[in-house]
Order: sequence, then C-alpha cells, then structure tokens
Amino acid sequence: MTTRNTSWQRNRLGMGVWPHRGKVAIAGWGNSPIQRRWDGKSFDQTIGAYAMIAAQRALWDAGLKMDDVDGIMTSLDTRVGDTWAPRPFFAAPYDTEDGITQVSAEWLNKNMGFKNAKFLDSTAPQIGQMMCKAAQTVGDGLAKTLLCYYPMGNIEGRYEQGGQNATDFARGNSAFTSTWGYQGGAQMNALIIHEQYCRKYGKHHDMLGALALNNRRNGLMTPWGFYYNHEPYQITLNDYRNSRFVSEPLRVLDCDRPVCSVAAFIFTTDERAKTMRQKPVYILNHVQDWGRARSTMATLEENQLWCRELAQAMWEGSGLHPSDVDVFNPYDGYLTFTQQFLEGFQWHGVKEGEAMDFYQGDLRVEGPHPFLSSGGNNGTGRTRSALHSDSIEQLRGQAGKRQIQIRCEVALAGSNNPGASGFMMYSKYPN
Amino acid sequence: MPKQIPVPNELGKPFWDAAKQKKLVVQHCAACNTNHYPPKQRCDKCNSAAPLGWKEVKGRGHIMEYFVIRDTRIRRLMPDQPLNLAVITLDEDPGLNFLSNLPGTPAGQVPVGGAVEVLFEPVEGSDLLIPEWQVIK
Repeated sequence: MTTRNTSWQRNRLGMGVWPHRGKVAIAGWGNSPIQRRWDGKSFDQTIGAYAMIAAQRALWDAGLKMDDVDGIMTSLDTRVGDTWAPRPFFAAPYDTEDGITQVSAEWLNKNMGFKNAKFLDSTAPQIGQMMCKAAQTVGDGLAKTLLCYYPMGNIEGRYEQGGQNATDFARGNSAFTSTWGYQGGAQMNALIIHEQYCRKYGKHHDMLGALALNNRRNGLMTPWGFYYNHEPYQITLNDYRNSRFVSEPLRVLDCDRPVCSVAAFIFTTDERAKTMRQKPVYILNHVQDWGRARSTMATLEENQLWCRELAQAMWEGSGLHPSDVDVFNPYDGYLTFTQQFLEGFQWHGVKEGEAMDFYQGDLRVEGPHPFLSSGGNNGTGRTRSALHSDSIEQLRGQAGKRQIQIRCEVALAGSNNPGASGFMMYSKYPN
Repeated sequence: MPKQIPVPNELGKPFWDAAKQKKLVVQHCAACNTNHYPPKQRCDKCNSAAPLGWKEVKGRGHIMEYFVIRDTRIRRLMPDQPLNLAVITLDEDPGLNFLSNLPGTPAGQVPVGGAVEVLFEPVEGSDLLIPEWQVIK
C-alpha cells in the first residue's frame, strides 16, 4: 500500500511549537558500502543491494528484527542523473529501473521480505525533507517503527550528459534557462548568488578553500565515507586553488562527488526508542523552506530572506535559539551556498557577510567552532546523509575521531540548497 | 555559437512568437500590475483568476552578475567553451532577470553593472530567434 501524505509540511511562520516535539526519536541508523559508480555487472553493488545492507545495519543498530518494522519510507530522488534504459535490463529483481537507478519502498519490501510493513511511501522528497516527513509520519501515528532510507546512485558515463543535454533542444520551461547553458540552481543560481555575496561583502571565492580542506579532514575521519575508503589523503590549499574550474570561479573541489551509497534510519516513538539498543536521539522540530524566486534567477537578497525565515520557523517550532545549537550540519553539495545557512541560522553568532572570514578560523572538530563536523557531501561523497548520521553519532557520543569537544546536546542538519531545503533539530534530550 | 533550440510549451509560446518578431515581451497581471518572467500559470502576487497577458518591454538592462561556463553538460554548447553566463536585470522592472551569453564580450571580461540592450539571434536548425544581450559601449 502506498500512501500520500501532504499534511506533514511545516513550511511557514506562525505554526507554533511542533506538536510532536520530543515524542519522535531516531533509534538506529546504518550505511551501505560506498562506490564511485555502479559498474553495470556487480549485482551485490547495485543501490538496491546497498539499500538492503543499509536497512539491515540500521535494524541491527537499533536492536530490532525485520518483523518490528511496520512502515518503510524512501525517496526516488536518487540523483543518478540518467535512466538505465535504453540499455537492456537484467533478470529480476533488476528488470526495471527499480533497484538500479531508484529503490522504491515496494521493491525493498518485496525483496527483503518484511512481513509487517503496511505503510509504504516512496514519494518523499530529497533527504532533507524526507527525514522531516519521516518524523511527522511517526508523530502522526501512521507508523510506529519506520525504516527510512535514502539511496544515492551514479552510473557509468559523465554525469547528466545524456537525456535532453545530449539533444539539440531545450523543451518547455527549460527553454527559458537551458537555452543559454543554465544547468540547475544548486550549481549555477547558487554561484550567481555567491558572486553577488562576494562583491557585496568584499570577499573572494577562493576563501572557500579553508572549508573544503576542513570538510575533507572530517570526511577522512568517517569510516564509511568515500574518501576514507577510496582516496584516503588530505587535500591542500594548493590542491584547491589548482583544481579545475567547472563554472569559473566554481572549482571541482567546491563540488560533491556523485557516488553510490545508501543510508537508513529507524524512526520510532520516544517511548519505544527507550526500549531499544541505542540511546534515543530525539527530534524537536522540522521545517521546510518556502522561498520562491521572483524571476529566472533567485538573488542574494531573496536567498538571505529565505534562510532568515527558515531559521525563524525552526526556533519557533523547537522553542530553541541559535545559541542552543551545538552541532551544525547544513548542506554543502556546492560550497558556494553553505554560508547562506550558516548566516541565516547564525550558528556561533555568524551574521550575514561574516561566513567567509569564519571559514578562515578554527573549524576543526577538536576546536571551538566544529562546523560541518560530518564533513558533509564535500568530505564524504554525495550521500547527503552524512549530515544526519553525524548529528546522530555526535549526540550519542559515537562520532569517534570526529567527536566534538564542546557541549554536544543539540544538532541541526538539513539539505538541499536554499529554496529547496528541509532541516531537522535533533536533541540528546526530549525536552 | 549554436545554442539548443527552444521548443516552447503553450505557456511560453507567446514569448517565443514575439521574439520571432524581434520583440521582447513579459507576462503582465492587469489585476495588480505585476510583471512576470519566465511566464507563470497565474499571478503569484495577487493570485488573480484572470488570465495573465503579455506586454512589450524596451529591452534595456544591466548586468547583475555572471560566471564562465567551462564544463557544460550540454552537448551543443561544448565546442564554444569557455562562455559567459550572465544575469541581466530589466531596467523597466529590475526584479525581472534574463540569462545571456553576452555575444561580443570575451569570456571572463564581463563588466558587472554595465548597461546592455537586447538583440535577437538566429539559432542553427530553427527559424526561432533567441533574445540575447550585448554590452552597450
């Protein structure tokens, strides 16, 4: 049974404290192995296979059995960038896109053999909002023990150079953007805004290098991460400044790396979480932004307004303030927009125009300002899930070498870029 | 420089029909006097049920910001890299912005804040004209 639930959103001011504040918790999480791309023949390395591994690890982490799961949620936004078709499919269960470029809840349910998962939802948006929807789903009583997983995939060939990009045509609404070479807000609109930002505040793009280095450092302390496993070396500022331009001044080391990886999380009620294997990580609020650009490109002013209002909604719904947030993991898919969240939420007092200078300071996890302790996408590969799994590990005291040394009771994590994001407030305590 | 050929949908067709006549048009809500570009299904300022019209604008603007495309995913544009991608604000309504490759301006040498005017360029393989913007010297 697939259900659609649109009442989960908290996407405006004036909604008050979240009714399920402290009543929903994360009881377990797990990650699959991670690869750069699927080779088209190793069926133990499809994102379908990885989703099964991640689910098993999350269940083990929580001390649960498969029969304990009564709901499964996922997103089909795996960002593979292409379909497998028109290449020929394989024998079942890889006889459609399911299992190869997406992993629906129905596919996982069938192929893993859950007996009691009656709530199946494959309609969640990208993970930043999906985690919010999962929390609301448990809070609303639609599932008691929800397995929520997020596959991200990558297949052979240069990324997103198929489909319409390989044709001579810009169809429909993309006639107003692709015609001139525009390709996506996270990369290109965010870069325009970043350039506006640098010009307004007298900063330089390459000041992002400090953030890239720190993200990589944190990624190299993440045992399941891409760089830890496949490119286990730190980068230098020279590496960063010499890295090739994608859309100048955006450098390749400003960008995350598409990978194959699946993360899974167990959402449940606070009461049930207390009976499980790990200390619960409680959820205090979730928000999704509602900003819309007036015209073709969003502007710096619009982005800053959206982030201010997103933050305001988060404080309103959680009852907390910027100074309460210890762990902060905002999306860094392209480093050019991360500062919007940092400044919008004013983490550690960083105000508009101050982020780039902040990056030049001590961001280490051992230090006073452990920004993006997860390493983000930039440091672990484009999983989008490290933002959340690190937040959980930090609050449990299980982040290993990444464990922050300052107070560690509240974490804030979210993605994607401004205008398309969802954020979650996690806490060691339910109130 | 061959761009991709626009294939308008019903919503955008009036824009591209006007461009063929070398006219730059934007959507206009008569109920609240708001302009829209790109076109929308309904006015999101006043949410009026009345259909949005179109009005011609002068085609003068300024360069808000830009970057240089060096690794495009669009096959048709690959041979012409590096190329500018600039955002142009419309002088008549600076809240509206257009994209441009700034023909005549070398890649990376864009005068941010500079004045531009619209021109209409042919696109290889079609009889459509594409609005572009050039720096006013």
